[in-house]
Amino acid sequence: MAVGVILAALVVGSVIFSLLSPWWFTPLASNWGTIDDTLIITFVITGAVFAVLMLFMAYAVARFRHRDGARADYEPENRRLELWLTGATSVGIAAMLAPGLIVWNDFIRVPEGASTVEALGQQWSWSFRFPGADGVLGTADTSRITAENPFGLDPDDPRGRDDVLVSGGELHLPAGTPVKVVLRSTDVLHNFYVPQFRAKMDLVPGMVSYFWFTPEKTGTYEILCAELCGVGHSLMRGTVVVEDEGTFRPWLEQNPTFAQSLGRRPEQDVAEIRDEVQGEGGAEP
Amino acid sequence: MAQTAFVDEGLDHEHGHEPQGFIAKYIWSQDHKVIAIQYTLTAIAVGLLALVMSWLMRMQIGFPGSLEMVDQERYYQFVTMHGMIMVIYLLTALFLGGFGNYLIPLMIGARDMVFPYVNMLSYWTYLLSVLVLVASFFVPGGPTGAGWTLYPPQAILPGTPGRDWGIILMLVSLVIFVAAFTMGGLNYITTVLQARTRGMTMMRLPLTVWGIFVATVLGLLAFPALFVSGVMMLLDRLLGTSFFMPAVLSQGEMLEYSGGSPLLFQHLFWFFGHPEVYIVALPGFGIVSDLISTHARKNIFGYRMMVWAILAIGGLSFVVWAHHMYVSGMNPYFGFFFAFTTLIIAIPTAIKVYNWVLTLWRGDIHLTVPMLFSLAFILTFVAGGMSGLFLGNVVVDVPLSDTYFVVAHFHMVMGVAPILVIFGGLYHWYPKVTGRMLNDTLGKIHFWITFLGTYAIFFPMHYLGFVGIPRRYFEFEGIAFIPDSAHLLNEWITIAALVVGAAQFLFLFNLAWSAVRGRPSGANPWRSTTLEWQTPETPPGHGNWGARLPIVYRWAYDFSVPGAAEDYIPQNRPPERDAPGLHGSLRAEGAAP
Ligand code: HEM
Ligand SMILES: [Cu+2]
Ligand SMILES: [Cu+2]
Repeated sequence: MAVGVILAALVVGSVIFSLLSPWWFTPLASNWGTIDDTLIITFVITGAVFAVLMLFMAYAVARFRHRDGARADYEPENRRLELWLTGATSVGIAAMLAPGLIVWNDFIRVPEGASTVEALGQQWSWSFRFPGADGVLGTADTSRITAENPFGLDPDDPRGRDDVLVSGGELHLPAGTPVKVVLRSTDVLHNFYVPQFRAKMDLVPGMVSYFWFTPEKTGTYEILCAELCGVGHSLMRGTVVVEDEGTFRPWLEQNPTFAQSLGRRPEQDVAEIRDEVQGEGGAEP
Repeated sequence: MAQTAFVDEGLDHEHGHEPQGFIAKYIWSQDHKVIAIQYTLTAIAVGLLALVMSWLMRMQIGFPGSLEMVDQERYYQFVTMHGMIMVIYLLTALFLGGFGNYLIPLMIGARDMVFPYVNMLSYWTYLLSVLVLVASFFVPGGPTGAGWTLYPPQAILPGTPGRDWGIILMLVSLVIFVAAFTMGGLNYITTVLQARTRGMTMMRLPLTVWGIFVATVLGLLAFPALFVSGVMMLLDRLLGTSFFMPAVLSQGEMLEYSGGSPLLFQHLFWFFGHPEVYIVALPGFGIVSDLISTHARKNIFGYRMMVWAILAIGGLSFVVWAHHMYVSGMNPYFGFFFAFTTLIIAIPTAIKVYNWVLTLWRGDIHLTVPMLFSLAFILTFVAGGMSGLFLGNVVVDVPLSDTYFVVAHFHMVMGVAPILVIFGGLYHWYPKVTGRMLNDTLGKIHFWITFLGTYAIFFPMHYLGFVGIPRRYFEFEGIAFIPDSAHLLNEWITIAALVVGAAQFLFLFNLAWSAVRGRPSGANPWRSTTLEWQTPETPPGHGNWGARLPIVYRWAYDFSVPGAAEDYIPQNRPPERDAPGLHGSLRAEGAAP
């Protein structure tokens, strides 16, 4: 009896804990309410199955615990019951999977008109790059990185000259515009993670990964690294400030473009920039 | 007891003469039972190391800075070594090298493994891998702190602890372990296929043997992926190849690497890593099935379905690996496929759970310590399985991935649940191994602290994951979104972890004390049906069966058969002519292998 009661109490206690828990998601600050919804669907279905199944087990343990003279039933199988349970489980699985896949389909398709920003990770700090007036990020490569060219931009690529470079780990984004975050790492794996946005993705050296979201609530949020990247992993923090377009523009303009960062006027000849970069950094193409 | 047997003509030389002398008998032994004990004790010893490391980590998380010795480097070294030891050197070794070795020959009615010498080599090779692993604590820079997943480029670059020597020893140790596993694994498979006694068809095998058998097949297919990725990473580290290394600017210095793929390693690792989850789960499934059936005095419900479920899970486990990589930057379209396969695998898994619970239904449940651990296993495993549905369902994984939700999930499902079965199994088979019972009172205390304690550790941890607290963090200083209450919760969790850990020493004491002082158990204290309980001697002698091998007449689950005098009928008891057609389809079913 006692064992059945304790098992049941554990199940009921878990349900109560879930309902009363002060530990819950941070308030959502992006468009990914649909992720939260899918999670809640999953939570309700799995929670109900867990509770019912385990209460049934607790009941069975209490009801059929050994008594003198008792004897167990002999029932090797029950085709109908087994099929029925398999069917019901499949329905439950489908009910979770279907919304999950639908939302995933949204998650991986960047909407038309999304703006772009690049997050660059290195042990153990963040920097960011906006595509500038042309709206396109210039090509970049880890092997081109020098002290003067920390993003490893290709000086031959005119699309990179107007790219806006943000160092210091603070990113600003305009509220309400979908943004595709393009991810790059110079050394090891990292992960761009802002709990309030729900979305996250690894940065992988040697390739470019991405995810997208729409920042919807203005405010200041923490960027954490969510992929083990060495001893400094838990200290690799950044900040993202979501603000209106009106505050965002002036902030963006404060930051230098690639051309400016090399100490040149934006209109200066591309070839000259290249000479300079190669002369100082010794970065072969 | 009906002892029906036939003369075993194939009694060969090796088994004809019992080895003489302590060394031949207990050290360089080729007897599967001794090898099993060697595996088990070694695994427990190295597991204690992992347990102590979990304490040290929990102290840092619950009471940051309280232990001066736990700095960032050490924290990551502990995370790594704790995880790796628990998964590979404890669970895999204990289930297959320990339970597999002991139970396979006894349960199928064989005298030993078919290759006893290779079996012995398997243990000594395993021991070597453990020694290499432990040696990494003593080399300059200490063991690797790359996380148990050992992801490159980080694992072999400066900035990660143990980058100089630790990672090399880790990889070498793994490669040796795979060799050890392969020697053992080939043995288990061949033995199950070739050495079953007369009448022991595949469909009469106890589910324990099925679980271990399929887990071994998975291991033989999955471990090579670990082996090659280990070798390739060693080459990257030592010879400067670039299998997994792209161009890397490491702490201001441009390295010589270029063109390699970090994602390739992740695919290889998880191609091994996911089946690995089932390598430690399937033997657990099998063992728990037999424990429940025996201690509830009732046949396992839906035996054939249970076998099919094990096979289905084993097969599917090879096509779900990338669910560990939803946010790895791999092609996002993979997400559809892997979410689908991952959730499909829940169906055969759920069937197993239903059948365990239905086995209890209308049973005659003896709440012995093995039964208690089995119930605890079911509850813990179901809880962990449910959180797995979150993480498998791609988009739901996105906010939860790399948070404490994941830590809670895998500890429940592949940490605590298998450990609970192992305890259940040890309490259950200890009398056969030693001829004595473990102390029951100590066992119950150990059970309640372990079960309720681990639940208290890992259930609330899911909610820290909901908050968004990332895993593998040395400290949470200054992270604003984490409420104070979460720090409080972390303190409680740490206290629970210390208590649970301490309770394990009670168990170790019980193991040692009962071996000498325990109540003599007799041959078959649980009144079980399976062959290992029907040996002429307890503990079984060399060659297990005396002069004659047992003959099997029925499946392993003839409990409480209507009309039978006792509530169990051993597998080797011949059918009685005067009780015809007792238990229908299943025994007739047993197709030849
Ligand atoms: C009471 C028992 C246990 C406690 C208190 C415990 C505690 C911990 C802690 C504190 C971490 C590090 C969390 C982090 O910083 O991310 C961890 C990681 C881990 N544990 Fe355990 N653990 C226990 C048992 C087990 C068992 C039985 C297994 C067997 C599978 C296991 C497998 C792992 C693995 C694979 C990791 C991940 C390592 C990594 O992130 O690289 N643990 N555990
Ligand atoms: Cu990191
Ligand atoms: Cu997996």
